[in-house]
Amino acid sequence: MSKTLLDINNLKVSFFTPAGEVKAINDISIRMEEGDVLGIVGESGSGKSVTAYSIMGLIPYPGRIVSGTIEFNGHKIHEMTEKELQDIRGNEVSIIFQDPMTSLNPVYTVGNQIQEVLFLHTKMDKKQAYERSLELLSLVGINEPERRLKQYPHELSGGMRQRVMIAIALACEPKLLIADEPTTALDVTIQAQILELMMELKKKINMSIILITHDLGIVASMCDKIAVMYAGKIVESGTADDIFYNPQHEYTKGLLKSIPKLNKKEHEKLVPIKGVPVDMLNPPAGCPFAPRCDSCMKICLRKMPEYTNISDKHICACWLLQKKGYEAATGGDR
Amino acid sequence: MGGYIIKRVASAIVTIFAVATITFFLMFLVPGGPFLAEKAPSPQTLEALEKKYGLDQPVTVQYINYMKRLVLKLDLGTSLKKRGQEVNDIIRVRFPVSAKLGGIAVLTAVCLGIPLGSIAALNREKWLDRTIMAIATVGNAIPSFVVATVLMYVCGVVLRILPTLGLTSPAHYVLPVISLSFYPTAYIARLTRTSMLDVLGQDYMRTAKAKGLSRFKSLFKHALRNAVLPVVTYLGPLLAFIMTGNFVVERIFTIPGLGSEFISSITDRDYPLIMGTTIFLATLLIVLNVIVDIAYKIIDPRIKLK
Repeated sequence: MSKTLLDINNLKVSFFTPAGEVKAINDISIRMEEGDVLGIVGESGSGKSVTAYSIMGLIPYPGRIVSGTIEFNGHKIHEMTEKELQDIRGNEVSIIFQDPMTSLNPVYTVGNQIQEVLFLHTKMDKKQAYERSLELLSLVGINEPERRLKQYPHELSGGMRQRVMIAIALACEPKLLIADEPTTALDVTIQAQILELMMELKKKINMSIILITHDLGIVASMCDKIAVMYAGKIVESGTADDIFYNPQHEYTKGLLKSIPKLNKKEHEKLVPIKGVPVDMLNPPAGCPFAPRCDSCMKICLRKMPEYTNISDKHICACWLLQKKGYEAATGGDR
Repeated sequence: MGGYIIKRVASAIVTIFAVATITFFLMFLVPGGPFLAEKAPSPQTLEALEKKYGLDQPVTVQYINYMKRLVLKLDLGTSLKKRGQEVNDIIRVRFPVSAKLGGIAVLTAVCLGIPLGSIAALNREKWLDRTIMAIATVGNAIPSFVVATVLMYVCGVVLRILPTLGLTSPAHYVLPVISLSFYPTAYIARLTRTSMLDVLGQDYMRTAKAKGLSRFKSLFKHALRNAVLPVVTYLGPLLAFIMTGNFVVERIFTIPGLGSEFISSITDRDYPLIMGTTIFLATLLIVLNVIVDIAYKIIDPRIKLK
């Protein structure tokens, strides 16, 4: 059995805004083994990115962890001070952001920004750091690395910049790489290249990846495990096969129906999920997806369902799966 | 870079030429003359004086003569009021006095304004931010002569801790420097705060944090350099105006600088001195703007000098 790398238990993260408390993450648990590729899927505002940020202790103000624990590689992230977190960030866990166009500082050279992280976490001298940055650039498939090191971000294309971001993230050979919608801002052809690159590098340096995206196509090809998030909760999680061939939650089914398929007849329309995402300031008492769900029952509006184990790794939180529990609770009144 | 400087010098020459021409003709549109005091001289004396200085000739002829001397010898002429003094000499003697004082004032403003603005931005909406911004707003609103007079009264008359007249010792610089730097400090603090807030919200600041940089390091390396750009833009004109002297402050502290010449030359209708000070200020302004543009390029590599 492989070692547990990441163990998130009953995590709750809230943003305390002047308008009220926004429960961005509402009681989620995630477990990852070493070498796993986990996909987190969900629409905008479902809490995907906040989950990633909380692993690095990067939750932006005015958000903070309300309760729950995050254990990563033997560290108790939720208890660590800012100073201790600094030693981990960019070293044991790295992140690639969505928009490579703005994620690099425009006034420093590519080389400077790669070497910065090396000086920070290793004892390399200037020459070693230079050699290493050259090596990293070739690793992420950038040609003429000597020239690129001296260039500024604005002189590179978007795909190239994302490669630089990956090089920075991989500089210290992290245990875990978090990719927060790494390809959203890129052309489709470049998207494929970047994803392939990430998978290739994963094998080379044996790291784990959390891939955050709203693109189901991407997770299907890359991930061992998938967690589907909706309104700050994980509504369903399982292996890629579980999610794609045996979806249980109505939201997951809706997501799958809304993917365009090449083999469909042309008059067949895509099926969108009706309604709008919940207002996170006033979340409903029951299942957050209930107002948009075609199979919504009375209890769905009142109480959040527990997880049902469909198989060893496949869990889903939906009252439809808990008919028995539901009938016991309501006496069969639907 | 070389080509850029040549281009800028060429455009500077055109600008200075235009400034000189416009000033020259505007100057003669204003009624009065250099020799008309309260006790007017006799018509004969006046005529003799005007003939001596060439003021009896048509304005266009005077203009051509003036420009010839300016271009061929870089000679700004002789003052009409300060008999016998060359305008070139007046600037040569008085400019360094104003420039030194002004330079110190700008340095003070930068050294105080940028940290204050940054501190305000980092403590956004907290009491420290509010306090700094309240002082900065007051600083923007109070004219320098009020600051100078109050300082003079408090430090010089009531407390008697600082000298108030002249510039003979380092202590003499304190009050004029404070008076001069009060407004720019406030302005720079506000500029820095605004741009710092913008920079702090940028994605690359998040990247810096995700790399494991400490807050202090990421601020110093990643935020400050991007945040000072608007301040650098403001520094060019600020330096030019402050280094050529501030009329009010120089009058109040009796400093023999260039600032008072700008005003007195106009009230005196001292035509060559008006021309001299104006051309000098225009040139200094252009030179400093070129320097600012080059500094800009060094700070932000995205900027192309064209």
